[in-house]
Amino acid sequence: MHIPDGYLSPQTYVPLYGASFVCWSVALRRMKKELSTKHIPYLAMAAAFSFLIMMFNVPIPGGTTGHAVGAGIIAILLGPWTAVIAISVSLIIQAIVFGDGGITALGANCFNMAVVMPFVSYWVFNLIRGNSMGHARLYSGAFLSGYVGLSVAEIVTGFEFGLQPLIASGPDGRPLYAPYPLSVAVPAMALEHLFLFGIVEGVVTVLLFKYFVKHEPGLVYALTVNPVRNSNIISNGTKEA
Amino acid sequence: MTKSQKKLWIGLFILTLLTPLGVILPEKFKASGSWGEWGPEELEKLLGYVPEGLKRLADLWKAPISDYTFGGENATLAVKVISYIASGILGVLAAGLLIYVISRLIVRNEK
Repeated sequence: MHIPDGYLSPQTYVPLYGASFVCWSVALRRMKKELSTKHIPYLAMAAAFSFLIMMFNVPIPGGTTGHAVGAGIIAILLGPWTAVIAISVSLIIQAIVFGDGGITALGANCFNMAVVMPFVSYWVFNLIRGNSMGHARLYSGAFLSGYVGLSVAEIVTGFEFGLQPLIASGPDGRPLYAPYPLSVAVPAMALEHLFLFGIVEGVVTVLLFKYFVKHEPGLVYALTVNPVRNSNIISNGTKEA
Repeated sequence: MTKSQKKLWIGLFILTLLTPLGVILPEKFKASGSWGEWGPEELEKLLGYVPEGLKRLADLWKAPISDYTFGGENATLAVKVISYIASGILGVLAAGLLIYVISRLIVRNEK
């Protein structure tokens, strides 16, 4: 899901750079307000984790590969705005040092994986969880936050691919950039993620979430932003640990 | 560093050692790369041509460690495995350092 250089037309990658810039500047302002220096080691770990988890290419036998991004768990643990920066940093290193994702497409890749995904994931987690303190709601919320977040990010990526033939074609009618139309690109991206990679992301999210609720409940952003509603879980969690 | 942070860093280090699974498993199950990430040669095979704009932009940037692998696409599996671990360590250091610098610059609240 790292779009390489050449797949997106300038009419697509320039606005998406713009969108990512806006999100980065808001995110940095939010981090300045919400975080303290004690969070810094966790930011480094989040960026490192997202970098590593994307190296685990999961194969569809005889088909393509895909990977988790870690945006769901990072958004739940550190908040969606912090996740924007942590995942963007890892995508920037991947593009510049390892050629994973294009330089022109960096804004688009950050938009898809570091903006759309953490916000969808965070929203889904809170939606499923509601006001409940029950473990079933918490854990299914964590699973679905990863599953839905990655799937939506992929569908958005599929749209960006699929729009290209509509935006730019040469005098011979051939597409200039990503060649497949929406009717091919969106289902291709959506299906593989709905059936496999999304599940992997969901499992990764719920396992790590379980670990943090058990051992570090005070760190979980999604459980601390509303202290009254969450005090029960946090004190229970601490007792368990 | 607190005890729990130390544990998490150890976890990340173990994850780094496991990254070669990301190249071994696709090879074992005969899975090619990701959808929409074909190089120009693969596109030529898929479509019979390389889109003009794509050709122009595709080689814009030559990454120092392309695809996390030293020695290119045709490197042996052993070289790929070692490359993956080295890339993982390098990536963790680079990403960690970059966000550390960014957050040191903007986060001022000491408590």
